[in-house]
Amino acid sequence: MSGPVAGGVEAAPTPASGDAPAPEPALQVEALGFAYADAPVLEAVSLSVPRGRFAALVGANGAGKTTLFSIVTGLFAAGDGRVRIAGHDLATRPRDALTELGVVFQKPTLDNDLSVRQNLAYFADLHGLPRRTARERIDAALAQHGVADVQARKAGALSGGQRRRVELARSLLHRPSLLLMDEPTVGLDIASRAGFVEHVRELVSGRQVGVLWATHLADEIRDEDLVHVLDRGRLLASGTLGELLEAHAVRDVVALTAALR
Amino acid sequence: MTGSHTVTRHGQSRQGVAWRAGARCLRGIVLRETLRFVHQRGRFLSALVRPLVWLFIFAAGFRSVLGVSIIPPYQTYVLYEEYITPGLVGMILLFNGMQSSLSMVYDREMGSMRVLLSSPMPRWFLLVSRLVAGVAVALLQVGVFLAIAWFWDVRPPVAGYLLVLPALVLAGLMLGALGLALSSFIRQLENFAGVMNFVIFPMFFASSALYPLWRLRESSELLYRICRVNPFTHGVELVRHALYGAVHMPSVLIVAAYTALFLAAAIVGYDPQKGSLARRGGPGGPGGPADRPATKGAS
Repeated sequence: MSGPVAGGVEAAPTPASGDAPAPEPALQVEALGFAYADAPVLEAVSLSVPRGRFAALVGANGAGKTTLFSIVTGLFAAGDGRVRIAGHDLATRPRDALTELGVVFQKPTLDNDLSVRQNLAYFADLHGLPRRTARERIDAALAQHGVADVQARKAGALSGGQRRRVELARSLLHRPSLLLMDEPTVGLDIASRAGFVEHVRELVSGRQVGVLWATHLADEIRDEDLVHVLDRGRLLASGTLGELLEAHAVRDVVALTAALR
Repeated sequence: MTGSHTVTRHGQSRQGVAWRAGARCLRGIVLRETLRFVHQRGRFLSALVRPLVWLFIFAAGFRSVLGVSIIPPYQTYVLYEEYITPGLVGMILLFNGMQSSLSMVYDREMGSMRVLLSSPMPRWFLLVSRLVAGVAVALLQVGVFLAIAWFWDVRPPVAGYLLVLPALVLAGLMLGALGLALSSFIRQLENFAGVMNFVIFPMFFASSALYPLWRLRESSELLYRICRVNPFTHGVELVRHALYGAVHMPSVLIVAAYTALFLAAAIVGYDPQKGSLARRGGPGGPGGPADRPATKGAS
């Protein structure tokens, strides 16, 4: 993103002659539309998330964030438009696209009857990882996300913060290019929330993963973060938070959304 | 699962890689369902208690009331306990098939179905894998039930224990697919209880599970005809014949046809949007457009 773009998506930069082509964005959404029955939920939404960037999808409850995520994860079929994950079209190459996708859903999705390790092994199997590779990656993920000591515990016995960390570890096991996080800090206490956000930010820079983080909490976004403002199913603006605040002479995301309406 | 014949840099065909990944995915789903079942001891016990109560109490009580003549696959007169056992095996498959589908509605609402469906394998493959996993759990229950029945002097030939395996898989898939197809019409978990009452009990009683159909025909020709088209009847007869070392081709063909039909309906009809639609008051649901003035947004 070179600058704030109201209601649209920036054009992909054209590589100079002789340069290596720019990698495909982790996520490219073009003119996406969706309706429940006759009620439009998303209208011509276009946005992108480059690799290695932390992008926030902000909007109040009812803005369409979860519906957008449901489409990008392949759960809902888009009415109009196109979704590409790491360059793979979700409609024509769903398998390649979903291989590049990791998700932390809004509601906890760990299986409470299984242990942490069994939950991760199940997910590794879903992605077809060979058993040995899966074992190595699970060991590494448990250590990296600070949940190695609870690996034998049933998921139902974990704290909210631990659950989220395990879900994050799970979503990255297959090494995706894009990580979708749908209001992942809901239900966490302040200390756990801050720690979790920081942990994800470290992953972004360390792994070159593009993160799309849906939230309506202003304090989870920094000035340098890419921000997509969604309101009642329409994308109002895209750009870094600092640029958008400056351009609209407001102090926070809430005021920004109000100013953009 | 649709791979081309191109070769990866490791010398494996893309199709080969896809099938291996599919096999791992299937293994994971079956293992998960089995582990869940084993961890839920209450579910395991209740699944066993139901047919055992019928075998120990109902069959004992009705032994002298219900006489069973010599009918295939039996070579001689059999005690009622022996007659009813394949029907009770069918009962396990029926309840398990429906419960497995109930679990999919539950998963759809709780979100773990989202994890499954957002994985790279095609949706039809994931749904069929879930059905196979449900059948695997049912096989465990049937195995324990038949072992207990053996001590109750219900002792089919040894070959029957082997031949019954494919019959159980086919009948189990049919009933699981039926449950999944039914769950496609269910928006929320609470609605499933009604379907259980309207489907499970009529299917079970209007079949050859508890009494031979010729007996039923003496009472009502209409009821007999209903039993003849009941898929569960053919599932029970398939299991009954297999358990006594016989292959009943009409049952095999009918169960296979019903399985294909229900599977197709389940795969076409399964829609993860349904839970969301119900929660936000979609068409037909409470608070739908008819009584919802303006629901523009969704999140």
